[in-house]
Amino acid sequence: MIRLVGILVGLGFALVALISFVAGFITWSNEEAEETAEHAFHMEAHAPADGFDFEGPLGNWDVAQLQRGYQVYKEVCAACHSLDYVAFRNLEELGYSEEQVKAEAESWLVPGINPDTGEAMSRAGMLTDYFPSPYPNDVAAAAANNNAIPPDLSLMTKARHDGSNYVYSLLTGYNDPATYTNEAGEGFAERFPDSMPGTGLYFNPYFANLNLAMAPPLTADGQVTYSDETEATVEQMAADVAAFLTWTAEPKLIARKQTGWWVLAFTLFATILAWFAKKQVWAGLKPKRED
Amino acid sequence: MSFPWAKEYEPKYGLTKFFDEKLPLPRLVYNAVGAGYPVPRNLSYFWNFGVLAGFCLMLQIVTGIVLAMHYAADSGIAFGSVEHIMRDVNWGWLMRYAHANGASFFFMVIYIHIFRGFFYASYKPPREMIWLLGVVIFLLMMATAFMGYVLPWGQMSFWGAKVITGLFGAIPIVGEPLQIWLLGGYAPDNAALNRFFSLHYLLPFVIAGAVILHIWALHIPGSSNPTGVEIKQESDTLPFHPYYTAKDGFGLGVFLLLFFIFLFFMPNMLGHPDNYIPANPLSTPALIVPEWYFYPFYAILRAFTFDFILPAKLWGVLAMFASILVWFFLPWLDRGPVRSGHYRPLFRKFFWFGLIPCMAALFYLGGAHAEEPYIMFSQLATAYYFLHFLVILPIVSSIERPDPMPYSITEAVLGSDKKAVLGENAEPVAV
Repeated sequence: MIRLVGILVGLGFALVALISFVAGFITWSNEEAEETAEHAFHMEAHAPADGFDFEGPLGNWDVAQLQRGYQVYKEVCAACHSLDYVAFRNLEELGYSEEQVKAEAESWLVPGINPDTGEAMSRAGMLTDYFPSPYPNDVAAAAANNNAIPPDLSLMTKARHDGSNYVYSLLTGYNDPATYTNEAGEGFAERFPDSMPGTGLYFNPYFANLNLAMAPPLTADGQVTYSDETEATVEQMAADVAAFLTWTAEPKLIARKQTGWWVLAFTLFATILAWFAKKQVWAGLKPKRED
Repeated sequence: MSFPWAKEYEPKYGLTKFFDEKLPLPRLVYNAVGAGYPVPRNLSYFWNFGVLAGFCLMLQIVTGIVLAMHYAADSGIAFGSVEHIMRDVNWGWLMRYAHANGASFFFMVIYIHIFRGFFYASYKPPREMIWLLGVVIFLLMMATAFMGYVLPWGQMSFWGAKVITGLFGAIPIVGEPLQIWLLGGYAPDNAALNRFFSLHYLLPFVIAGAVILHIWALHIPGSSNPTGVEIKQESDTLPFHPYYTAKDGFGLGVFLLLFFIFLFFMPNMLGHPDNYIPANPLSTPALIVPEWYFYPFYAILRAFTFDFILPAKLWGVLAMFASILVWFFLPWLDRGPVRSGHYRPLFRKFFWFGLIPCMAALFYLGGAHAEEPYIMFSQLATAYYFLHFLVILPIVSSIERPDPMPYSITEAVLGSDKKAVLGENAEPVAV
């Protein structure tokens, strides 16, 4: 009985799935497959020419690069983007001394209250403060940016696929849609005239739907003046800020990998011991020939 | 239970004698996973996965309890409290990544454990109850994992919760009130987050209870084995300790090596980037997918696209639940006299060339965009899935002629060499 019911139920579900398949197949085969602009022109993120030092199981922070990236964030990105989960005290991890970080914090204005009157005011930042948001609230952020709220950058490199490379590619990937051609040599403007960016949108093949609301933030070499000898090309600034945002998203990245090696080494040793223990315990059980 | 030759626990010291008289816990452990539990001597490494699953459950409970000390189940601060764990709590990143990847590895282990059961027909009498309890544990695990994924309150948490609880809306008449009652609102919000946290903390202990029953039921007939031949004599068995404790110890080492590679070097590979974006009810992600371990069932859910008598959505929900409930009936659907796939030529072909490719396809398709041709492939795979368990298995198992089998486990271990004898099995070699 149970098998009969089972066979009927099984045939039922299979039948309905196959009816769905046939219906789907008919629709699919009658439809002209229209290639979307995203499909034809979206580009996968790529690494900077020299890659990133923190990549790979043995990678480590390039502290000078993180400092340069912080400078780019501060002078360019911070005008619109918040960094909610990073506190000034965290900057010590970038190789600054406590005094330097204190001075740095004091150069930022954070919201506070007047200790005498309790009224809202701005005061100089302290070590324990978090980076202040450039806008008092989302409505203000939207109003100032053509209705597109600039996302918080703390976790950006983890919130996108292949995030560090994505940030670098996006920042260096702006193009003129009128003249842009993809690898197959197709011109964007000719292929998809309807997908041309509207007012306040900018063409960037690394962005998921190709047109984003952020104007190209890094436009000219030397936009930031680095205190070390590094030449501030657009690529350099993009790579530096991508490295900095990798640190803000995963400050424990290097500690994690370094811990990992010790843990793996110990586990490997213990596993080898366990293998020999197992062999030893089972050794007496091997079938023998009785000659 | 036991076999007559099972070793008996003999307390040697005053303290152990005292305990054995008043509360024989040491005796219980000795008989459950010690020398007092005789186990078939021919178990392969596929039999390690029960112990590994137990380890994963403990790992999840321990890391979970620590995380709960720092997490705040409030839709306004849940996302931030997870970041607080990642940044400010000492070793918080280790706890969270261990918990998140631990869930993935728990499911990997459990899938191997379940498919071991399929191939060796471990569900057959006299082990039906073990199998039924196992399916219950799997369902509890799915519920626990689903609710756990909601807790970080990222985009995928929110939208995953919305889609999955929305499934209840497909039930006629009571669906919508039921959905609102379950969520405590019209959409996932603080009420849902809080009850999910409460249940996510409760269910692992329910699972632990079900696991105790699962192991208890296992000890009545004893463990199955790769030949599927029941234990006939003492030489078919070995005491669990030290033989299988040693073997499981090595297996656990290999498991941990793999786990640590993910945990320390690619902890976000099995997750979804969108869950690092705080939940936003006003912005729908381009692709809403559950965690990878739900992909096969998600593919089945999305395979039904045609309103055949019932609405397509209802078909999808029914099929998704049925795809797991079917497992409850396996002991009675498979009527073959032989257990092990090694001696069932036709059954084996359908397993390797039917079920395994079908599951692999469903795993892939569940994570793909809901567009053609992926949906068509998941429709074919879904049809095969139901045919396999409900039609092919009953028919194949009644018409198939099994291959010749060894008389006993001992004979299987000795092989065709007529002059071979077993080594000493009374005591392990002195170290």
